[in-house]
Amino acid sequence: MATPDFLLDYLPILVFLGLALALGIGFLAVPALIAPSEPDPEKLSTYECGFNAFDDARMKFDVQFYIVAILFIIVDLDVAFLFPWAVALFNPELGTDRDFQLFAFWSMFVFLAVFAIGFLYEWKKGALEWR
Amino acid sequence: MGVFETLSFFVPELLLAVGAMALLIAGVYMGERSARPIALASAALLLAACVIVLLTPVGGGQTLFAGAFRIDAFSSFAKAIVFAAAAVAILMSDRYLAGEQLGRFEYPVLIVLAAFGMGLMVSATDLIALYMAVETQSLALYILAAFNRDSRRSTEAGLKYFVLGALSSGLLLYGASLIYGFAGSTRFDEIARVAAMGGDNLGLAVGLVFLIAGLAFKVSAAPFHMWTPDVYEGAPTPVTAFFAAAPKFAAMALFARAMSAPFLELIDDWRPIIAIIAVASMAVGAFSAIVQTNIKRLMAYSSIGHMGYALIGLAAGTAEGVSSVLIYMAIYVVMTVGTFACILMMRRRGGMTEAIADLSGLSQTNAPFALILTVLLFSLAGVPPLAGFFGKWFVFFAAVNADLVWLAAIGAVMSVISAYYYLRVVWIMWFDEPAPAFERESGPVLGAASSISALLMFPGLVVFIGALVAAAEKAAASLF
Repeated sequence: MATPDFLLDYLPILVFLGLALALGIGFLAVPALIAPSEPDPEKLSTYECGFNAFDDARMKFDVQFYIVAILFIIVDLDVAFLFPWAVALFNPELGTDRDFQLFAFWSMFVFLAVFAIGFLYEWKKGALEWR
Repeated sequence: MGVFETLSFFVPELLLAVGAMALLIAGVYMGERSARPIALASAALLLAACVIVLLTPVGGGQTLFAGAFRIDAFSSFAKAIVFAAAAVAILMSDRYLAGEQLGRFEYPVLIVLAAFGMGLMVSATDLIALYMAVETQSLALYILAAFNRDSRRSTEAGLKYFVLGALSSGLLLYGASLIYGFAGSTRFDEIARVAAMGGDNLGLAVGLVFLIAGLAFKVSAAPFHMWTPDVYEGAPTPVTAFFAAAPKFAAMALFARAMSAPFLELIDDWRPIIAIIAVASMAVGAFSAIVQTNIKRLMAYSSIGHMGYALIGLAAGTAEGVSSVLIYMAIYVVMTVGTFACILMMRRRGGMTEAIADLSGLSQTNAPFALILTVLLFSLAGVPPLAGFFGKWFVFFAAVNADLVWLAAIGAVMSVISAYYYLRVVWIMWFDEPAPAFERESGPVLGAASSISALLMFPGLVVFIGALVAAAEKAAASLF
């Protein structure tokens, strides 16, 4: 049986789990205890705008919702790529050499250029305008 | 090797990628009237890429991007045919799209992007590069299938293609993950090294089965062919013409490389699978096509059958087998493009027709058209001395040389059965009562494409067969 020392590496996860649990319960408990309660139908609905959360799913709705959702995913993914790149690339602790850094730097700019072309296309196509 | 030196091997692909983006922006700024100039520019781009591929010497091949891609005689052969077929597909669709009010500049741009993906597919030598290339191609194809977005059938075709394509990608990825797990690498040469070490390769073989299932989806080989007839029938006809030619060739080339380069040591594991898929495809192609009344559906089953014959060559698992696959697929692409050019000419006042019955008595109303289509159908059926016969002959010969006489025999029987439905169409054209004539005016491209393709079937093949066989043998040799 291996010593369980390596489990210590996972201690932060346990700490965060406890923190999340405490915060979650706290956010439910505190308002229930101290917040004033004057319900009306608008306040009780799930979303102020959009659709009812509990309804027949087979209804017609505007295709523009899809477009917004898709465009959001694309930008979201873009950020998901950019963030680790920005954090890790020039981190001296990782000790990556200069040539590699320059290569990775310009690679991201090529990616961003492709992304910008897609953005230009959707803009000119009018996908960003709510009609 | 520096970045720019590496990229210098990808000039055709870079041209397509940058060109497609430039045309997209040009199109969106010029508005809808730009459809035709953008289409012509896209076709020119693809032809330029094809010429660059043909003029670039590859020597013994070059492994690039840390083993992710390999530029060799095989990839050049496949790229030249794929880019040329895509360019012809764009030119052939011009008249149809204008007639159906579908002329949008995104159409040729999507074909260029799909061709870019295919260029990567045929040179991928790494499971991740392979998957990325397949998806680059497929995403463009899904949109093309649903391009007539106001048509119920077209959107259904697009959705069906998308869902089943996603399923096949899932199978492919699952297989790739198993292979990576058991081989410890996604690179083809590393997998080949692990497979050659011997020992228990059961895990690798299981992964290989899933990989084959995913790839069989992409080439629409039975029993993974279900999407083909519906997609072919529902998609706009020029899109079907494109689907049947370039992507089929690229996927078959990818299949051949994925079987030969990393898994040659496991041939005893994959040969029976490929052989069974080949027999099933030929049978589905031969028997299901008999009852079809729609010519696009007929061509869908015909293409399933043809994939079966091509897979016979792959089952041989030798350089001779792969070169026979390339010869077969090259001939198949030419005759399919020609046949679809004929189908695109089936236009009466009031729109396109797709029923086989509409061809009735064509010899009396338009004899040259009937003659061209007859030559192409005879070639598809594999009647000597047309090109389709030689394609089958090379494939069967490779199978016999690899001690697969039974497979070649089944192939011969199936080609006799499938000759029935091609000859039935010929019979309808020449001996039935004439249906109303088609419009004579069909533009220069379709007439040229169909007649050049028919002339290549005979007598053109006699002139070019030597060069084709030499190029295919050189290409196949670079895999082994």
